[in-house]
Amino acid sequence: MNYDDAQEIGNRENRGPLDVSAAGGWNTAGEKAASDARPAVKEPKIVVDNLDFYYGKFRALKSISLQIPENRVTAFIGPSGCGKSTVLRCLNRIYELYPDQRATGEILMDGRNVLDKSQDLNLLRGKVGMVFQKPTPFPMSVYDNIAFGVRLYEKLSRSKMDERVEWALNKAAIWDEIKGKLRQIGTQLSGGQQQRLCIARAIAVKPEVLLLDEPASALDPISTLKIEELITELKNDYTIVIVTHNMQQAARVSDYTAFMYLGELIEFDDTNVIFTKPSRKETEDYITGRYG
Amino acid sequence: MVDLYTRRRFINGFNLTVSVFTTLFGLFWLVWLLWTLVGYGLPWLDWNVLTQATPPPGSEGGLANAIVGSLLLTVIGTLIGAPVGILAGTYLAEFGRASKMAPVVRFVNDILLSAPSIILGVFVYEVVVVSMGHFSGWAGALALSLIVLPVVVRTTEDMLRLVPDTLREAAAALGAPQWKVIVTIVYRAARAGILTGVMLAVARISGETAPLLFTALNNQFWSSSLNEPTANLPVVIFQFAMSPYEDWQHLAWAGALLITFSVLFLNILARTVLRTRRSSD
Repeated sequence: MNYDDAQEIGNRENRGPLDVSAAGGWNTAGEKAASDARPAVKEPKIVVDNLDFYYGKFRALKSISLQIPENRVTAFIGPSGCGKSTVLRCLNRIYELYPDQRATGEILMDGRNVLDKSQDLNLLRGKVGMVFQKPTPFPMSVYDNIAFGVRLYEKLSRSKMDERVEWALNKAAIWDEIKGKLRQIGTQLSGGQQQRLCIARAIAVKPEVLLLDEPASALDPISTLKIEELITELKNDYTIVIVTHNMQQAARVSDYTAFMYLGELIEFDDTNVIFTKPSRKETEDYITGRYG
Repeated sequence: MVDLYTRRRFINGFNLTVSVFTTLFGLFWLVWLLWTLVGYGLPWLDWNVLTQATPPPGSEGGLANAIVGSLLLTVIGTLIGAPVGILAGTYLAEFGRASKMAPVVRFVNDILLSAPSIILGVFVYEVVVVSMGHFSGWAGALALSLIVLPVVVRTTEDMLRLVPDTLREAAAALGAPQWKVIVTIVYRAARAGILTGVMLAVARISGETAPLLFTALNNQFWSSSLNEPTANLPVVIFQFAMSPYEDWQHLAWAGALLITFSVLFLNILARTVLRTRRSSD
């Protein structure tokens, strides 16, 4: 643990200069160089380079490269099994729970390759929060659901923790609904409330990046609307990456959209561009409903 | 040729009848057994049975020392067996998923699960009783713990596997290390199931006789230490029931009734716990 920490600090210092030079290149890009296949990303938070992913022997991602901008919403769309969730699962290396899954290539976050063996997984996941398709409240009270993550990183006094819980639930637009039910078991809330509880739980640890894996696909339209409003609200403070089956949703909430098909990144651009004049035929076919 | 519908109705009716009768056949013996037990046991189950020590033939007495001994052996056996079993079950379900050792451990555990309990008794006799030079309550508790162990390993693994991986992912995604995910999230989700497994193991060992014959043996008197042979219900029942003295036989019936109903009670408790857990999900 100590060794890892030391190494991480060492790496950060080592990569400092590299970082600047790399970021400089993107900074010079103009606001809208629309005709380019890659959007002009002002400040990339995450740079994915040549990412391959394997489930056992099956190659699920084929040389994915893209830049995810800071404090923006980036959406991944594409038919089922195209690998969009897999990309998300690489960003916090959650796939490592399963021994037969592996990723190769580079994912640079603030200039540091998170796929590197020396990367401390718990620190990475503290920086990159994730919300899953199915609400996953822990079998404990609403309050403890939020406090669980916070306690992993900070020792807060009772009152500070109370504040943090309220803050997170407020951010997730659920405080007013459940402020009287903080002692209730999380699994007893409604589906939409559970999902917003999970978002609050992810926000509470104050990550820099928020990964949302089809966060609204199991919810009714009203809860979906609330979550979409929430995403728009949150992007001021967080870099948000969202996977969605729902193209209208991608169009509504995201600034940038990546279209994936059969493990390949077909097109990545401004959401407006993708939905109005995509440069690839596959993208056009998909968004007009001709396949997938 | 009979038409399809009539044929199906006939087959359905036939199978229904057969399954009802086989169920009744099984229940018949169980009810008969309980009936006999209550009939012979209940008249002798009085306050003395619970408060006095086992008597010499022909005098007043009860089963109190055997009841206390049985409780002690069961509790200690469970305290040794259950934690080891829970940890081993956790290894199988959580840590050993990809390891080549897990299937081996699982296989060996299944063998232990189906091993005749007398073998375990002889084993502990050879290892503990012979080397200590005398029968003892500790040896009995150890033999019982070897019965608890595989039951708890099995149920713990099964219950942990029922916890969805999405819950583990959610906790890991917050940056919780694996041990914390298991201890604070997965155990909590599987708590009722694991507890049920332990209770079933307790029910199983509270009636075991064979391993105790070789280890704890028996004691006519109150024993203050588990270093001595220790009285326990199953062996007392075994000895008293085989004896020619009528009052001993009566006590054996009362003891058998006690054991049966405490096991029944434990089973019902275990099922109730599991059911309330399911309905609260």
